[in-house]
Amino acid sequence: MTNATAGRRPSPLAYGLMTVLGWTAALVMFFPIFWMLLSAFKREIDAIAVPPLLVFEPTLENFAAVQGRANYFGAAWNSIVISVGSTILGTLLALPAAYAMAFYPGPRTKDLLLWMLSTKMMPAVGVLVPLYLLFKNTGLLDTRTGLVIITTLANLPIIVWMLYSFFKEVPGEIIEASRMDGAKPFQQFALVLMPLALPGIASTALLSIILAWNEAFWTINLTAANAGPLTAFIASFSSPEGLFWAKLSAASTLAVAPILVFGWMTQRQLVRGLTFGAVK
Amino acid sequence: MNAPLSPAASVAAASATALAFRRKPLVRTGALLAPAVAVLLLWMIVPLAMTLWFSVQRYNLLDPSISGFAGFDNYEFLLTDPVLPTVVLNTIKLLGGVLLASVVFGTLLAVLLDQDFFGRGIARLLVIAPFFVMPTVSALVWKNLLMHPVNGFFAWVATSLGFRSIDWFTDLPMAAIVTIVSWQWIPFATLILLTALQSLDREQIEAARMDGARGFTLLRFIILPHLARPISVVVMIETIFLLAVFAEILITTGGGPGQATTTLTYLIYLRALLEWDVGGASAGAVLAIVLANVVAFFLVRTVARNLDR
Repeated sequence: MTNATAGRRPSPLAYGLMTVLGWTAALVMFFPIFWMLLSAFKREIDAIAVPPLLVFEPTLENFAAVQGRANYFGAAWNSIVISVGSTILGTLLALPAAYAMAFYPGPRTKDLLLWMLSTKMMPAVGVLVPLYLLFKNTGLLDTRTGLVIITTLANLPIIVWMLYSFFKEVPGEIIEASRMDGAKPFQQFALVLMPLALPGIASTALLSIILAWNEAFWTINLTAANAGPLTAFIASFSSPEGLFWAKLSAASTLAVAPILVFGWMTQRQLVRGLTFGAVK
Repeated sequence: MNAPLSPAASVAAASATALAFRRKPLVRTGALLAPAVAVLLLWMIVPLAMTLWFSVQRYNLLDPSISGFAGFDNYEFLLTDPVLPTVVLNTIKLLGGVLLASVVFGTLLAVLLDQDFFGRGIARLLVIAPFFVMPTVSALVWKNLLMHPVNGFFAWVATSLGFRSIDWFTDLPMAAIVTIVSWQWIPFATLILLTALQSLDREQIEAARMDGARGFTLLRFIILPHLARPISVVVMIETIFLLAVFAEILITTGGGPGQATTTLTYLIYLRALLEWDVGGASAGAVLAIVLANVVAFFLVRTVARNLDR
Protein backbone atom coordinates (compact mmCIF):
# COMPACT_ATOMS: atom_id res chain seq x y z
CA MET A 1 0.00 0.00 0.00
CA THR A 2 1.30 3.38 -0.89
CA ASN A 3 1.42 6.26 1.44
CA ALA A 4 0.26 9.79 1.13
CA THR A 5 2.49 12.16 2.98
CA ALA A 6 5.80 10.44 2.47
CA GLY A 7 6.44 9.53 -1.12
CA ARG A 8 9.92 8.34 -0.35
CA ARG A 9 11.36 6.34 2.49
CA PRO A 10 10.80 8.35 5.71
CA SER A 11 13.70 9.26 7.93
CA PRO A 12 14.36 6.79 10.77
CA LEU A 13 13.22 9.42 13.27
CA ALA A 14 9.90 10.01 11.51
CA TYR A 15 9.45 6.26 11.11
CA GLY A 16 10.05 5.69 14.82
CA LEU A 17 7.76 8.55 15.85
CA MET A 18 4.98 7.33 13.58
CA THR A 19 5.34 3.82 14.95
CA VAL A 20 4.90 5.09 18.50
CA LEU A 21 1.98 7.35 17.58
CA GLY A 22 0.27 4.77 15.41
CA TRP A 23 0.51 2.00 17.97
CA THR A 24 -0.60 4.26 20.82
CA ALA A 25 -3.73 5.17 18.87
CA ALA A 26 -4.34 1.55 17.92
CA LEU A 27 -3.99 0.29 21.49
CA VAL A 28 -6.26 3.01 22.89
CA MET A 29 -8.99 2.17 20.38
CA PHE A 30 -8.62 -1.55 20.95
CA PHE A 31 -8.34 -1.38 24.73
CA PRO A 32 -12.04 -2.00 25.56
CA ILE A 33 -12.01 -5.15 23.45
CA PHE A 34 -8.70 -6.26 24.94
CA TRP A 35 -10.04 -5.68 28.44
CA MET A 36 -13.18 -7.69 27.69
CA LEU A 37 -11.04 -10.50 26.30
CA LEU A 38 -8.86 -10.48 29.41
CA SER A 39 -11.83 -10.39 31.78
CA ALA A 40 -13.34 -13.40 30.05
CA PHE A 41 -10.48 -15.51 31.42
CA LYS A 42 -10.67 -14.16 34.98
CA ARG A 43 -12.55 -15.57 37.94
CA GLU A 44 -15.51 -13.35 38.87
CA ILE A 45 -13.69 -12.11 41.94
CA ASP A 46 -10.65 -11.14 39.85
CA ALA A 47 -12.75 -9.43 37.22
CA ILE A 48 -14.03 -6.83 39.69
CA ALA A 49 -10.76 -6.49 41.61
CA VAL A 50 -9.49 -3.00 42.37
CA PRO A 51 -6.77 -2.31 41.33
CA PRO A 52 -7.50 -4.26 38.14
CA LEU A 53 -5.43 -7.38 37.61
CA LEU A 54 -3.21 -7.72 34.59
CA VAL A 55 -1.62 -10.89 35.88
CA PHE A 56 -3.96 -13.57 37.14
CA GLU A 57 -4.60 -17.24 36.99
CA PRO A 58 -6.55 -17.74 33.76
CA THR A 59 -9.65 -19.89 33.84
CA LEU A 60 -12.01 -21.24 31.24
CA GLU A 61 -14.88 -21.63 33.69
CA ASN A 62 -16.72 -18.58 32.33
CA PHE A 63 -16.94 -20.07 28.89
CA ALA A 64 -18.24 -23.29 30.40
CA ALA A 65 -20.74 -21.32 32.50
CA VAL A 66 -22.02 -19.23 29.59
CA GLN A 67 -24.72 -21.78 28.86
CA GLY A 68 -25.78 -22.05 32.52
CA ARG A 69 -27.22 -18.58 33.09
CA ALA A 70 -29.40 -18.54 30.01
CA ASN A 71 -29.69 -20.42 26.76
CA TYR A 72 -26.52 -19.19 25.04
CA PHE A 73 -26.49 -21.84 22.34
CA GLY A 74 -30.10 -21.14 21.49
CA ALA A 75 -29.28 -17.45 21.06
CA ALA A 76 -26.17 -18.22 19.02
CA TRP A 77 -28.19 -20.52 16.77
CA ASN A 78 -30.78 -17.77 16.31
CA SER A 79 -28.02 -15.34 15.34
CA ILE A 80 -26.67 -17.78 12.79
CA VAL A 81 -30.08 -18.58 11.31
CA ILE A 82 -31.07 -14.91 11.10
CA SER A 83 -27.83 -13.59 9.64
CA VAL A 84 -27.20 -16.45 7.22
CA GLY A 85 -30.87 -16.81 6.31
CA SER A 86 -31.34 -13.12 5.59
CA THR A 87 -28.09 -13.03 3.62
CA ILE A 88 -29.10 -15.93 1.38
CA LEU A 89 -32.59 -14.53 0.85
CA GLY A 90 -31.27 -11.01 0.28
CA THR A 91 -28.62 -12.17 -2.18
CA LEU A 92 -31.16 -14.23 -4.14
CA LEU A 93 -33.41 -11.20 -4.45
CA ALA A 94 -30.56 -8.81 -5.21
CA LEU A 95 -28.54 -10.85 -7.74
CA PRO A 96 -31.01 -10.65 -10.64
CA ALA A 97 -31.78 -7.00 -9.93
CA ALA A 98 -28.12 -5.98 -9.73
CA TYR A 99 -27.36 -8.01 -12.86
CA ALA A 100 -30.14 -6.36 -14.80
CA MET A 101 -29.16 -2.86 -13.72
CA ALA A 102 -25.46 -3.34 -14.35
CA PHE A 103 -25.68 -5.00 -17.77
CA TYR A 104 -29.01 -3.86 -19.17
CA PRO A 105 -29.27 -0.34 -17.84
CA GLY A 106 -32.39 1.49 -18.91
CA PRO A 107 -33.32 5.13 -18.68
CA ARG A 108 -34.73 4.61 -15.20
CA THR A 109 -31.91 2.51 -13.74
CA LYS A 110 -30.26 5.35 -11.91
CA ASP A 111 -33.51 6.50 -10.35
CA LEU A 112 -34.24 2.95 -9.30
CA LEU A 113 -30.86 2.62 -7.59
CA LEU A 114 -31.31 5.88 -5.75
CA TRP A 115 -34.82 4.92 -4.73
CA MET A 116 -33.51 1.65 -3.28
CA LEU A 117 -30.92 3.60 -1.38
CA SER A 118 -33.59 5.93 -0.04
CA THR A 119 -35.52 3.02 1.49
CA LYS A 120 -32.48 2.50 3.70
CA MET A 121 -32.93 6.02 5.05
CA MET A 122 -36.19 5.19 6.77
CA PRO A 123 -35.46 5.31 10.49
CA ALA A 124 -36.34 1.96 12.02
CA VAL A 125 -38.11 3.60 14.92
CA GLY A 126 -40.38 5.37 12.44
CA VAL A 127 -42.00 2.08 11.51
CA LEU A 128 -41.64 0.26 14.83
CA VAL A 129 -45.29 0.56 15.80
CA PRO A 130 -46.85 -0.78 12.58
CA LEU A 131 -44.32 -3.59 12.31
CA TYR A 132 -44.83 -4.60 15.91
CA LEU A 133 -48.59 -4.72 15.34
CA LEU A 134 -48.24 -6.55 12.02
CA PHE A 135 -45.95 -9.10 13.64
CA LYS A 136 -48.29 -9.49 16.60
CA ASN A 137 -51.30 -10.08 14.39
CA THR A 138 -49.55 -12.53 12.06
CA GLY A 139 -47.86 -14.51 14.81
CA LEU A 140 -44.39 -13.47 13.62
CA LEU A 141 -43.47 -11.84 16.92
CA ASP A 142 -40.52 -13.61 18.52
CA THR A 143 -39.97 -15.95 15.57
CA ARG A 144 -36.81 -16.43 13.53
CA THR A 145 -38.87 -16.23 10.34
CA GLY A 146 -40.05 -12.75 11.27
CA LEU A 147 -36.53 -11.54 11.95
CA VAL A 148 -35.16 -13.08 8.77
CA ILE A 149 -37.81 -11.14 6.83
CA ILE A 150 -37.08 -7.83 8.57
CA THR A 151 -33.32 -8.20 8.32
CA THR A 152 -33.49 -9.15 4.66
CA LEU A 153 -35.55 -6.08 3.84
CA ALA A 154 -33.36 -3.80 5.94
CA ASN A 155 -30.17 -4.97 4.21
CA LEU A 156 -31.48 -5.54 0.70
CA PRO A 157 -30.62 -2.03 -0.60
CA ILE A 158 -27.03 -2.39 0.59
CA ILE A 159 -26.72 -5.83 -1.00
CA VAL A 160 -28.11 -4.60 -4.32
CA TRP A 161 -25.78 -1.61 -4.34
CA MET A 162 -22.71 -3.58 -3.49
CA LEU A 163 -23.42 -6.28 -6.07
CA TYR A 164 -24.19 -3.61 -8.63
CA SER A 165 -20.85 -1.91 -8.05
CA PHE A 166 -19.00 -5.23 -8.35
CA PHE A 167 -20.86 -6.16 -11.53
CA LYS A 168 -20.02 -2.75 -12.98
CA GLU A 169 -16.36 -3.67 -12.72
CA VAL A 170 -16.71 -6.79 -14.83
CA PRO A 171 -15.68 -5.71 -18.34
CA GLY A 172 -18.74 -5.65 -20.57
CA GLU A 173 -16.66 -7.10 -23.43
CA ILE A 174 -16.38 -10.44 -21.68
CA ILE A 175 -20.13 -10.75 -21.42
CA GLU A 176 -20.41 -9.46 -25.00
CA ALA A 177 -17.94 -12.09 -26.21
CA SER A 178 -19.81 -14.91 -24.52
CA ARG A 179 -23.01 -13.59 -26.06
CA MET A 180 -21.38 -13.69 -29.49
CA ASP A 181 -20.45 -17.28 -28.79
CA GLY A 182 -24.11 -17.97 -28.30
CA ALA A 183 -24.41 -18.02 -24.54
CA LYS A 184 -27.97 -17.51 -23.38
CA PRO A 185 -28.51 -14.72 -20.83
CA PHE A 186 -28.75 -17.25 -18.04
CA GLN A 187 -25.54 -18.93 -19.22
CA GLN A 188 -23.83 -15.56 -19.41
CA PHE A 189 -24.90 -14.98 -15.86
CA ALA A 190 -24.12 -18.37 -14.38
CA LEU A 191 -21.04 -19.42 -16.36
CA VAL A 192 -19.31 -16.15 -17.23
CA LEU A 193 -20.33 -13.51 -14.75
CA MET A 194 -20.63 -15.53 -11.55
CA PRO A 195 -17.06 -16.88 -11.52
CA LEU A 196 -15.73 -13.38 -12.21
CA ALA A 197 -17.89 -11.70 -9.61
CA LEU A 198 -17.60 -14.40 -6.96
CA PRO A 199 -15.11 -12.50 -4.74
CA GLY A 200 -17.42 -9.49 -4.84
CA ILE A 201 -20.44 -11.61 -4.02
CA ALA A 202 -18.54 -13.18 -1.14
CA SER A 203 -17.66 -9.83 0.40
CA THR A 204 -21.21 -8.63 -0.08
CA ALA A 205 -22.45 -11.70 1.76
CA LEU A 206 -19.93 -11.13 4.55
CA LEU A 207 -21.03 -7.52 5.00
CA SER A 208 -24.65 -8.61 5.07
CA ILE A 209 -23.86 -11.21 7.73
CA ILE A 210 -21.98 -8.62 9.80
CA LEU A 211 -24.83 -6.11 9.64
CA ALA A 212 -27.45 -8.74 10.44
CA TRP A 213 -25.41 -10.21 13.29
CA ASN A 214 -24.99 -6.83 14.99
CA GLU A 215 -28.51 -5.51 14.36
CA ALA A 216 -29.87 -4.59 17.78
CA PHE A 217 -33.04 -2.55 17.24
CA TRP A 218 -35.40 -5.07 15.69
CA THR A 219 -33.92 -8.01 17.53
CA ILE A 220 -34.47 -6.42 20.94
CA ASN A 221 -37.93 -5.06 20.16
CA LEU A 222 -39.40 -7.97 18.23
CA THR A 223 -38.02 -11.00 20.05
CA ALA A 224 -38.11 -12.53 23.50
CA ALA A 225 -36.90 -15.87 24.84
CA ASN A 226 -37.70 -17.90 21.75
CA ALA A 227 -36.04 -16.17 18.78
CA GLY A 228 -33.73 -13.74 20.56
CA PRO A 229 -30.27 -13.75 18.97
CA LEU A 230 -26.98 -12.88 20.67
CA THR A 231 -27.60 -9.11 20.64
CA ALA A 232 -30.71 -9.67 22.76
CA PHE A 233 -29.02 -12.37 24.83
CA ILE A 234 -26.18 -10.04 25.79
CA ALA A 235 -28.68 -7.28 26.56
CA SER A 236 -30.17 -9.57 29.21
CA PHE A 237 -26.94 -9.17 31.19
CA SER A 238 -27.88 -5.56 31.82
CA SER A 239 -30.89 -6.28 34.02
CA PRO A 240 -29.28 -7.42 37.25
CA GLU A 241 -26.70 -4.87 38.31
CA GLY A 242 -25.02 -8.02 39.67
CA LEU A 243 -21.34 -8.54 39.20
CA PHE A 244 -21.14 -11.17 36.51
CA TRP A 245 -18.44 -9.37 34.59
CA ALA A 246 -16.35 -12.40 33.78
CA LYS A 247 -19.35 -14.30 32.44
CA LEU A 248 -20.55 -11.23 30.58
CA SER A 249 -17.09 -10.90 29.04
CA ALA A 250 -16.94 -14.55 28.06
CA ALA A 251 -20.37 -14.44 26.44
CA SER A 252 -19.49 -11.16 24.70
CA THR A 253 -16.18 -12.50 23.43
CA LEU A 254 -17.89 -15.50 21.88
CA ALA A 255 -20.54 -13.24 20.34
CA VAL A 256 -18.07 -10.76 18.87
CA ALA A 257 -15.13 -12.92 17.78
CA PRO A 258 -16.45 -14.49 14.56
CA ILE A 259 -17.84 -11.20 13.26
CA LEU A 260 -14.65 -9.36 14.09
CA VAL A 261 -12.74 -11.84 11.95
CA PHE A 262 -15.24 -11.43 9.10
CA GLY A 263 -14.94 -7.66 9.40
CA TRP A 264 -11.18 -7.78 9.21
CA MET A 265 -11.33 -10.06 6.18
CA THR A 266 -13.61 -7.77 4.26
CA GLN A 267 -12.53 -4.32 5.46
CA ARG A 268 -11.49 -3.07 2.04
CA GLN A 269 -14.69 -3.97 0.16
CA LEU A 270 -16.81 -2.88 3.08
CA VAL A 271 -16.30 0.79 2.33
CA ARG A 272 -18.12 0.66 -0.96
CA GLY A 273 -21.06 -1.20 0.56
CA LEU A 274 -21.38 1.23 3.42
CA THR A 275 -21.04 4.41 1.37
CA PHE A 276 -23.07 3.24 -1.64
CA GLY A 277 -20.08 3.84 -3.87
CA ALA A 278 -19.76 7.47 -2.82
CA VAL A 279 -16.21 6.78 -1.66
CA LYS A 280 -13.89 4.57 -3.66
CA MET B 1 -29.42 -26.85 -29.95
CA ASN B 2 -25.77 -26.75 -30.89
CA ALA B 3 -26.07 -28.79 -34.06
CA PRO B 4 -24.04 -27.29 -36.92
CA LEU B 5 -26.14 -24.88 -38.94
CA SER B 6 -25.84 -23.92 -42.56
CA PRO B 7 -24.05 -20.56 -43.00
CA ALA B 8 -27.25 -18.82 -44.01
CA ALA B 9 -29.17 -20.23 -41.10
CA SER B 10 -26.46 -19.26 -38.61
CA VAL B 11 -26.39 -15.71 -39.95
CA ALA B 12 -30.14 -15.55 -39.65
CA ALA B 13 -29.94 -16.96 -36.14
CA ALA B 14 -27.23 -14.50 -35.19
CA SER B 15 -29.17 -11.50 -36.42
CA ALA B 16 -32.28 -12.82 -34.73
CA THR B 17 -30.34 -13.09 -31.49
CA ALA B 18 -28.91 -9.62 -31.94
CA LEU B 19 -32.37 -8.28 -32.50
CA ALA B 20 -33.68 -10.15 -29.54
CA PHE B 21 -30.96 -8.66 -27.39
CA ARG B 22 -31.77 -5.20 -28.56
CA ARG B 23 -35.43 -5.58 -27.88
CA LYS B 24 -35.70 -8.02 -25.03
CA PRO B 25 -33.82 -6.33 -22.20
CA LEU B 26 -36.80 -4.19 -21.29
CA VAL B 27 -38.94 -7.28 -20.88
CA ARG B 28 -36.27 -9.38 -19.27
CA THR B 29 -35.04 -6.87 -16.74
CA GLY B 30 -38.60 -6.31 -15.65
CA ALA B 31 -38.77 -9.88 -14.43
CA LEU B 32 -35.29 -9.68 -12.92
CA LEU B 33 -36.00 -6.46 -11.08
CA ALA B 34 -39.51 -7.26 -9.97
CA PRO B 35 -38.84 -9.34 -6.84
CA ALA B 36 -36.41 -6.88 -5.25
CA VAL B 37 -38.45 -3.84 -6.23
CA ALA B 38 -41.71 -5.37 -5.08
CA VAL B 39 -40.51 -6.31 -1.60
CA LEU B 40 -38.80 -2.97 -1.09
CA LEU B 41 -41.91 -1.16 -2.23
CA LEU B 42 -44.03 -3.09 0.24
CA TRP B 43 -41.43 -2.56 2.95
CA MET B 44 -41.49 1.15 2.34
CA ILE B 45 -45.14 1.86 1.74
CA VAL B 46 -47.10 -0.41 4.07
CA PRO B 47 -45.48 0.54 7.40
CA LEU B 48 -45.22 4.18 6.37
CA ALA B 49 -48.90 4.34 5.49
CA MET B 50 -49.76 2.61 8.76
CA THR B 51 -47.63 5.05 10.76
CA LEU B 52 -49.32 8.00 9.09
CA TRP B 53 -52.74 6.49 9.70
CA PHE B 54 -52.05 5.66 13.36
CA SER B 55 -50.68 9.13 13.94
CA VAL B 56 -54.14 10.62 13.41
CA GLN B 57 -55.93 7.99 15.49
CA ARG B 58 -56.72 7.65 19.17
CA TYR B 59 -55.27 4.22 19.73
CA ASN B 60 -53.89 2.75 22.93
CA LEU B 61 -53.34 -0.97 23.21
CA LEU B 62 -53.89 -0.90 26.97
CA ASP B 63 -57.23 0.85 26.76
CA PRO B 64 -59.46 -0.26 23.89
CA SER B 65 -62.11 2.29 24.92
CA ILE B 66 -59.88 5.01 23.47
CA SER B 67 -60.49 5.02 19.76
CA GLY B 68 -61.51 7.08 16.78
CA PHE B 69 -60.15 9.82 14.63
CA ALA B 70 -57.85 12.19 16.49
CA GLY B 71 -57.06 14.73 13.81
CA PHE B 72 -53.85 16.44 14.73
CA ASP B 73 -54.27 15.90 18.47
CA ASN B 74 -51.37 13.46 18.66
CA TYR B 75 -49.11 15.94 16.91
CA GLU B 76 -50.34 18.76 19.09
CA PHE B 77 -49.71 16.68 22.19
CA LEU B 78 -46.24 15.76 20.94
CA LEU B 79 -45.27 19.29 19.96
CA THR B 80 -46.53 20.83 23.21
CA ASP B 81 -45.10 18.05 25.37
CA PRO B 82 -42.76 19.71 27.88
CA VAL B 83 -40.17 16.95 27.41
CA LEU B 84 -39.93 17.49 23.65
CA PRO B 85 -37.39 20.36 23.76
CA THR B 86 -35.17 18.29 26.08
CA VAL B 87 -35.53 15.26 23.86
CA VAL B 88 -34.70 17.18 20.70
CA LEU B 89 -31.74 18.80 22.42
CA ASN B 90 -30.53 15.38 23.60
CA THR B 91 -30.81 14.03 20.07
CA ILE B 92 -28.77 16.97 18.79
CA LYS B 93 -26.17 16.55 21.55
CA LEU B 94 -25.72 12.88 20.80
CA LEU B 95 -25.60 13.47 17.07
CA GLY B 96 -23.31 16.50 17.27
CA GLY B 97 -20.98 14.95 19.81
CA VAL B 98 -20.49 11.72 17.93
CA LEU B 99 -20.20 13.43 14.54
CA LEU B 100 -17.58 15.84 15.87
CA ALA B 101 -15.62 13.03 17.48
CA SER B 102 -15.74 10.80 14.42
CA VAL B 103 -14.76 13.53 11.97
CA VAL B 104 -11.90 14.87 14.12
CA PHE B 105 -10.52 11.57 15.37
CA GLY B 106 -11.41 9.75 12.18
CA THR B 107 -9.37 12.23 10.13
CA LEU B 108 -6.44 12.12 12.55
CA LEU B 109 -6.44 8.34 12.64
CA ALA B 110 -6.78 8.05 8.88
CA VAL B 111 -3.85 10.40 8.26
CA LEU B 112 -1.84 8.57 10.91
CA LEU B 113 -2.62 5.11 9.52
CA ASP B 114 -1.72 6.31 6.05
CA GLN B 115 1.88 6.89 7.17
CA ASP B 116 4.53 4.27 6.85
CA PHE B 117 5.31 2.68 10.21
CA PHE B 118 6.14 -0.65 11.80
CA GLY B 119 3.19 -3.04 12.00
CA ARG B 120 0.82 -0.64 10.28
CA GLY B 121 -1.42 -3.42 8.95
CA ILE B 122 -2.04 -4.79 12.45
CA ALA B 123 -2.52 -1.32 13.94
CA ARG B 124 -5.14 -0.65 11.28
CA LEU B 125 -7.04 -3.82 12.17
CA LEU B 126 -7.02 -2.85 15.85
CA VAL B 127 -8.35 0.64 15.12
CA ILE B 128 -11.30 -0.50 13.01
CA ALA B 129 -12.20 -3.41 15.31
CA PRO B 130 -14.75 -1.51 17.47
CA PHE B 131 -16.99 -1.04 14.45
CA PHE B 132 -17.67 -4.78 14.38
CA VAL B 133 -18.64 -5.09 18.02
CA MET B 134 -22.39 -5.44 18.47
CA PRO B 135 -24.00 -2.43 20.20
CA THR B 136 -25.20 -4.39 23.22
CA VAL B 137 -21.71 -5.73 23.89
CA SER B 138 -20.00 -2.37 23.63
CA ALA B 139 -22.62 -0.76 25.84
CA LEU B 140 -22.23 -3.38 28.56
CA VAL B 141 -18.44 -3.58 28.39
CA TRP B 142 -18.14 0.21 28.71
CA LYS B 143 -20.84 0.46 31.36
CA ASN B 144 -19.37 -2.21 33.60
CA LEU B 145 -15.75 -3.01 32.89
CA LEU B 146 -14.65 0.54 32.11
CA MET B 147 -17.09 3.12 33.49
CA HIS B 148 -18.32 1.48 36.69
CA PRO B 149 -17.74 4.06 39.47
CA VAL B 150 -16.19 1.55 41.89
CA ASN B 151 -14.82 -1.45 40.05
CA GLY B 152 -14.37 0.04 36.60
CA PHE B 153 -11.02 0.56 34.94
CA PHE B 154 -11.52 4.33 34.60
CA ALA B 155 -12.35 4.65 38.31
CA TRP B 156 -9.06 2.97 39.12
CA VAL B 157 -7.15 5.28 36.76
CA ALA B 158 -8.83 8.35 38.27
CA THR B 159 -8.22 7.36 41.88
CA SER B 160 -4.62 6.33 41.26
CA LEU B 161 -3.99 9.77 39.76
CA GLY B 162 -5.51 11.32 42.85
CA PHE B 163 -8.88 12.32 41.39
CA ARG B 164 -12.34 11.30 42.51
CA SER B 165 -13.84 8.63 40.31
CA ILE B 166 -16.69 9.78 38.10
CA ASP B 167 -20.09 8.17 38.35
CA TRP B 168 -20.53 8.43 34.59
CA PHE B 169 -24.14 7.40 34.15
CA THR B 170 -25.35 9.60 37.02
CA ASP B 171 -23.22 12.70 36.65
CA LEU B 172 -22.36 12.80 32.95
CA PRO B 173 -24.85 10.42 31.34
CA MET B 174 -24.95 12.04 27.91
CA ALA B 175 -21.17 12.39 27.76
CA ALA B 176 -20.87 8.71 28.65
CA ILE B 177 -23.22 7.65 25.85
CA VAL B 178 -21.53 9.97 23.36
CA THR B 179 -18.21 8.37 24.32
CA ILE B 180 -19.48 4.84 23.80
CA VAL B 181 -21.19 5.58 20.51
CA SER B 182 -18.17 7.57 19.27
CA TRP B 183 -15.95 4.61 20.04
CA GLN B 184 -18.12 2.54 17.72
CA TRP B 185 -18.28 5.10 14.90
CA ILE B 186 -14.78 6.62 14.84
CA PRO B 187 -13.51 3.42 13.19
CA PHE B 188 -16.14 3.78 10.47
CA ALA B 189 -14.98 7.32 9.71
CA THR B 190 -11.35 6.18 9.83
CA LEU B 191 -11.96 3.33 7.41
CA ILE B 192 -13.74 5.52 4.88
CA LEU B 193 -11.30 8.42 5.10
CA LEU B 194 -8.35 6.06 4.88
CA THR B 195 -9.79 4.54 1.72
CA ALA B 196 -10.26 8.04 0.33
CA LEU B 197 -6.70 9.03 1.22
CA GLN B 198 -5.33 6.03 -0.58
CA SER B 199 -7.09 7.09 -3.75
CA LEU B 200 -5.39 10.50 -3.55
CA ASP B 201 -3.35 11.07 -6.62
CA ARG B 202 0.32 10.36 -5.89
CA GLU B 203 1.45 12.66 -8.66
CA GLN B 204 -0.44 15.55 -7.17
CA ILE B 205 1.33 15.02 -3.88
CA GLU B 206 4.70 14.70 -5.54
CA ALA B 207 4.05 17.91 -7.47
CA ALA B 208 3.13 19.74 -4.27
CA ARG B 209 6.24 18.36 -2.67
CA MET B 210 8.38 19.56 -5.57
CA ASP B 211 6.90 23.00 -4.99
CA GLY B 212 8.14 22.79 -1.46
CA ALA B 213 4.96 21.78 0.38
CA ARG B 214 5.77 19.87 3.55
CA GLY B 215 3.99 18.47 6.58
CA PHE B 216 1.30 20.88 7.67
CA THR B 217 1.06 22.74 4.37
CA LEU B 218 0.61 19.49 2.52
CA LEU B 219 -2.04 18.41 5.02
CA ARG B 220 -3.87 21.74 4.97
CA PHE B 221 -3.89 22.43 1.24
CA ILE B 222 -3.79 19.04 -0.44
CA ILE B 223 -4.98 16.30 1.89
CA LEU B 224 -7.82 17.96 3.81
CA PRO B 225 -9.45 19.45 0.70
CA HIS B 226 -9.32 15.99 -0.86
CA LEU B 227 -11.11 14.63 2.22
CA ALA B 228 -13.92 17.21 2.13
CA ARG B 229 -16.31 15.05 0.15
CA PRO B 230 -15.61 11.76 1.96
CA ILE B 231 -16.08 13.63 5.24
CA SER B 232 -19.47 14.87 4.10
CA VAL B 233 -20.39 11.31 3.16
CA VAL B 234 -19.31 10.12 6.62
CA VAL B 235 -21.40 12.83 8.26
CA MET B 236 -24.50 11.97 6.27
CA ILE B 237 -24.31 8.21 6.68
CA GLU B 238 -23.50 8.44 10.37
CA THR B 239 -26.39 10.87 10.87
CA ILE B 240 -28.80 8.31 9.53
CA PHE B 241 -27.46 5.58 11.76
CA LEU B 242 -27.04 7.85 14.80
CA LEU B 243 -30.64 9.04 14.68
CA ALA B 244 -31.44 5.38 15.33
CA VAL B 245 -29.10 4.80 18.31
CA PHE B 246 -31.12 2.66 20.66
CA ALA B 247 -29.47 -0.31 22.35
CA GLU B 248 -26.70 1.79 23.89
CA ILE B 249 -29.28 3.98 25.66
CA LEU B 250 -31.56 1.12 26.65
CA ILE B 251 -28.73 -0.78 28.28
CA THR B 252 -26.81 1.99 30.01
CA THR B 253 -29.23 4.64 31.25
CA GLY B 254 -32.69 3.69 30.00
CA GLY B 255 -33.09 7.30 28.93
CA GLY B 256 -32.36 8.68 32.41
CA PRO B 257 -31.58 9.99 34.87
CA GLY B 258 -34.84 11.87 34.40
CA GLN B 259 -34.89 12.56 30.67
CA ALA B 260 -31.18 13.33 30.49
CA THR B 261 -30.48 10.75 27.78
CA THR B 262 -33.89 10.32 26.17
CA THR B 263 -33.51 10.91 22.44
CA LEU B 264 -36.30 11.05 19.88
CA THR B 265 -35.81 7.39 19.01
CA TYR B 266 -35.91 6.40 22.64
CA LEU B 267 -38.98 8.54 23.33
CA ILE B 268 -40.88 6.83 20.52
CA TYR B 269 -39.84 3.46 21.90
CA LEU B 270 -41.09 4.46 25.37
CA ARG B 271 -44.41 5.69 24.00
CA ALA B 272 -44.88 2.65 21.81
CA LEU B 273 -43.70 -0.39 23.69
CA LEU B 274 -43.94 0.74 27.31
CA GLU B 275 -46.99 3.01 27.28
CA TRP B 276 -48.58 1.29 24.26
CA ASP B 277 -49.75 4.66 23.00
CA VAL B 278 -49.85 3.80 19.31
CA GLY B 279 -51.20 7.17 18.20
CA GLY B 280 -48.69 9.24 20.17
CA ALA B 281 -45.75 7.05 19.19
CA SER B 282 -46.73 7.28 15.54
CA ALA B 283 -46.81 11.06 15.63
CA GLY B 284 -43.27 10.97 17.01
CA ALA B 285 -42.32 8.46 14.34
CA VAL B 286 -43.53 10.80 11.60
CA LEU B 287 -41.31 13.52 13.08
CA ALA B 288 -38.33 11.13 13.05
CA ILE B 289 -39.03 10.14 9.45
CA VAL B 290 -39.19 13.79 8.38
CA LEU B 291 -35.88 14.54 10.13
CA ALA B 292 -34.16 11.52 8.57
CA ASN B 293 -35.46 12.46 5.15
CA VAL B 294 -33.95 15.91 5.31
CA VAL B 295 -30.55 14.27 5.74
CA ALA B 296 -31.34 11.55 3.25
CA PHE B 297 -32.10 14.14 0.60
CA PHE B 298 -28.56 15.50 0.75
CA LEU B 299 -26.98 12.06 0.91
CA VAL B 300 -28.90 10.83 -2.11
CA ARG B 301 -27.86 13.93 -4.02
CA THR B 302 -24.19 13.32 -3.26
CA VAL B 303 -24.42 9.69 -4.26
CA ALA B 304 -26.28 10.61 -7.43
CA ARG B 305 -23.56 13.02 -8.44
CA ASN B 306 -21.06 10.23 -7.98
CA LEU B 307 -23.06 7.82 -10.14
CA ASP B 308 -22.65 10.14 -13.11
CA ARG B 309 -18.90 10.06 -13.05
